[in-house]
Amino acid sequence: MYTQAMDIPDESGKKLAVVPGAASEQEAAFEARIAADGRIEPQDWMPEAYRKTLVRQISQHAHSEIVGMLPEGNWISRAPSLKRKAILIAKVQDEGGHGLYLYSAAETLGTGRDEMLAGLHSGKAKYSSIFNYPTLNWADVGVIGWLVDGAAIMNQIPLCRCSYGPYARAMIRVCKEESFHQRQGYEALLVMMKGTDEQRAMVQDAVNRYWWKCLAMFGPPDADSPHSAQGMRWGIKRISNDELRQKFIDATVPQAKVLGVTLPDPDLKWNEERGHYDYGQIDWAEFWNTVEGNGPCNKERLATRVKAHNDGQWVRDAALAYARKQKERQVKEAA
Amino acid sequence: MSTAPALKDWPLWEVFVRSKQGLEHKHCGSLHAADAAQALHMARDVYTRRQEGVSIWVVPSASITASNPDDKGELFDPAADKIYRHPTFYEIPEEVGHM
Repeated sequence: MYTQAMDIPDESGKKLAVVPGAASEQEAAFEARIAADGRIEPQDWMPEAYRKTLVRQISQHAHSEIVGMLPEGNWISRAPSLKRKAILIAKVQDEGGHGLYLYSAAETLGTGRDEMLAGLHSGKAKYSSIFNYPTLNWADVGVIGWLVDGAAIMNQIPLCRCSYGPYARAMIRVCKEESFHQRQGYEALLVMMKGTDEQRAMVQDAVNRYWWKCLAMFGPPDADSPHSAQGMRWGIKRISNDELRQKFIDATVPQAKVLGVTLPDPDLKWNEERGHYDYGQIDWAEFWNTVEGNGPCNKERLATRVKAHNDGQWVRDAALAYARKQKERQVKEAA
Repeated sequence: MSTAPALKDWPLWEVFVRSKQGLEHKHCGSLHAADAAQALHMARDVYTRRQEGVSIWVVPSASITASNPDDKGELFDPAADKIYRHPTFYEIPEEVGHM
């Protein structure tokens, strides 16, 4: 994953309101289970707002995995060696798999995959904005692995303890595979840093372009994140946006040092008192502009996604026609 | 933007994977597929990319009958007061050793 998108309301989230009071017996049982840090399973009763929040969050998460295949897929045919190509294909295939785990988890809440895909394709549903930026050079692929997947891991690990069972189980699978994504990216960059001045400059350029976008992946500051409190109370979200962002920065600074790149923030420095790195201002206006659809690649990503889906229609039709024919044949043979 | 219909007609399948010879098949997720053969193919690609399994079962989700969570009490609570079904209920002299 890849998600800032989780805290971003979309069409489906607008009507959400939590109605306090008038707690039914079922609601009391639900609240008690949440309070005891128990898990909710698909057939259990749950408040409509909890169900809708999860469908929105898990489907946004799934969309992010699927759209996330595009910026990296762009480099499969241009990978510098057969080894890097094989690694990149495996990684992109993983992202597709992550999307499938997540769509399956969301479907257990009673929303069909066709409905979720329609939401993505019409532009109604959001996905992580990090994929609305272009991948301009090969170092971008390494930086996506190191920083984008690194940020994703920070976000996803607490989701393995999410109160909704199928989501938590999907996240455990995703997290196991995500570690490969980050390490392959970092290692690809290490190799480039041992190369020519030009190659080192490519890595630094990619880091400069992606650093701030990665910090924005954790979502708006806690003070501006109204959905977060309810998500925390329900055990969907476990750690706040700002806290995760801080953890990511603290973990990344030493990695950048080993790699030999600088992070493009003049305010980035160790704060002895806090025991954390201080950092500069994130450009939230630019972030929201991209979320609203005006980033450099929003239109291209969505159009590519829709085209791939439409171009695949004959495959889905053919598979279904074949399955029907086989079934008819079996019935005839049995008769 | 006009889009083709998605997966509406492809039924849902539950996937069970045996991780190692000698162990049981364990539920690991679900997927959509036109028929059983395709479901098996897709389960292989989705759930066993890192040698997670040596055998896969796929079952149409519609074929699964599940107990109702509301019946949890009457189904499972009666077992709670039958502690004599557990070996630890019985006290055996220490000199007997492991039994």
